[in-house]
Amino acid sequence: MGAMRYSAWQILKQGLTGNAGWKPIWRSPEPSPEYDVIIIGGGGHGLSTAYYLAKNHGITNVAVLEKGYIGSGNVGRNTTIVRANYYLPGNSEFYSHSLKLWEGLEADFNFNAMFSQRGIINLFHSDGQRDAFVRRGNAMVNQGDDARLLDRGELRKILPYLDYDQARFPIYGGLYHARGGSARHDAVAWGYARGADMRGVDIIQNCEVTGISIENGRVTGVETTRGPIRAKKVGMVAAGRSGRVAAMAGLRLPIESHVLQAFVSEGIKPCIDHVISFGMGHFYISQSDKGGLVFGGDLDFYATYAARGNLPMVEHVMEAGMTLMPMIGKAKVLRSWGGIMDMTPDGSPIIDKTPIDGLYVDAGWCYGGFKAVPASGWCMAHLMATDRPHDVARNFRLDRFRQGNLMDEEGTGSQHNLH
Amino acid sequence: MRIKCPICGERDRREYYYVGDAIALRRPEPDAGEEAWDDYLHLRDNPAGRTRDLWYHEMGCSAWIVVERDTLTHEIYDTGLASAVTKAGE
Repeated sequence: MGAMRYSAWQILKQGLTGNAGWKPIWRSPEPSPEYDVIIIGGGGHGLSTAYYLAKNHGITNVAVLEKGYIGSGNVGRNTTIVRANYYLPGNSEFYSHSLKLWEGLEADFNFNAMFSQRGIINLFHSDGQRDAFVRRGNAMVNQGDDARLLDRGELRKILPYLDYDQARFPIYGGLYHARGGSARHDAVAWGYARGADMRGVDIIQNCEVTGISIENGRVTGVETTRGPIRAKKVGMVAAGRSGRVAAMAGLRLPIESHVLQAFVSEGIKPCIDHVISFGMGHFYISQSDKGGLVFGGDLDFYATYAARGNLPMVEHVMEAGMTLMPMIGKAKVLRSWGGIMDMTPDGSPIIDKTPIDGLYVDAGWCYGGFKAVPASGWCMAHLMATDRPHDVARNFRLDRFRQGNLMDEEGTGSQHNLH
Repeated sequence: MRIKCPICGERDRREYYYVGDAIALRRPEPDAGEEAWDDYLHLRDNPAGRTRDLWYHEMGCSAWIVVERDTLTHEIYDTGLASAVTKAGE
C-alpha cells in the first residue's frame, strides 16, 4: 500500500504545492467473494477489531461491512469521553488496558485523534458517597491508574463556577482522574479505518448484512445488499443493532436497545477545562475544542431504535445542568441527538464466542462504548484470531447471566431497565 | 410520548415507569430450569418495529399496562390492562 505518512513535513510540503497531493485515506473496494474474517459493523469497535486483526495477528484478508458510511453510527454520536475509573475485577483491567492504548493511539495509527487528557472529576455530595469514591479511587490506584480525592476547598480552586451550596446536593468534593479526558470521535473512526485499510483490510460501506449463513452449526458467510460473501469467521460488532444482527443467526442476546440523548451548545470561550460528572443529577459535561458545551444525562428508559429522545429527559438534563453550574444558562443549545445503546442487564459488555462455530459477538457496551474502542478491538481481534479470550476481557462472557457471574458496576441490580 | 391508560385515559410518559418487555407476564414455573429462566430474565428479542412491553402507571392509578408500540417511530398502537392480558392468556 502506498499510503501517505502524516507528519509536520507533509503539511508543509502539501501547503507549498497547493494541497493537491492529499489522497482519500481508505480505498472503496468491491467486496471479494470470500474473506478469512468478516466484521459486521464499521463503527469504532468493528474498525479497531479489523485494525488489530491485521496489526497484531497478521490477519489481513478481512472485510468490514458497514450498512451506512464510516462514522455514521454511535462512534460519531457519543460525547467522546475516555476514562479508566472502573471498580469491578474484569472491568477495571479492561478499561485500564484501553486507556493505555489511547495514550499511544495517535502515534500507533499515525492520525491526529485530538486525544486530550484534561482530567475527569466525579462529584460527590454526602459522606457515604465520598466513602464509595475513596474505595473506587483505591481500586483505580491498585490497577495502576491514577485517582486523587479532592476536598471541597481544592475543588473550589479549579471549578469555581459550581453551585457548592445547592440545597439538595451540596458538593463535598470530587474524585479526580487526571489521565481521563476526551478525543475527537470521527478521527478515531477514520484513524482506525485508514490504519486497517493500509494493512489490506477492505472497508465496504453501504453494504448491509441481511443474513448470516450457517451450515451444520458453523458460519459460512453472510448475505448482503451487495450479494453473498463467504467467510471462515464472522464477528458481529453492531452496537445498538446487535440484537437484530444476532437474530439473523437465530440467537437471542441479553440486550435491550435504549436511546441516550446528548446535547451541544453554541461555541463559547473556553470555560470548562475538565470533564465533570454529576452522577446524582445524571449529568456530565465537557467543552469541545470548537467551544461547544457537550453534555448529556441518562437513558430515556424505554426500548427504542429511534435515534431521538423524548422531552422529559431533555428537561431533566437541562435542570441538572442549571442546578450544578448556573452559568451555563446563558448558552444556547445548538442541537441534540440520540444514540442507540445496547444495554445488558448488568451494564457490562460481551466479547465472546457464540454457540455457532466461527461466529463471535462484541456487544452490550451500554452507554460506555467510546472509551472502550481500542481495547474492545484489541480483545475481539485476539479472540477471533486465537479462539481464546484475551486476559483483560475474560469475564465479558455471553453466558455470564445464566451462570450468575454478573458484573454490576453500578450496583443497581440485573434487569434491563436498571442501567 | 403519550400513553393511553385504560383507566385514566391518555397521559404523559412522565407518569409511567417502564418495566420492560411484556415477557415479564410469562413467568416460568420455579422448577422450569436454567434455560427457561435465562430466557425470561435476560434474553430479549429486542425488535426494531412492533413490540409489546409492560409499563406501570406509577404517578396515576398504579395499573400495570401492556403497551403495543413501535420502537422505530414511538407510535402507540394499543394499550390494555396487564391483568386482562394475563387472564386472556396472551
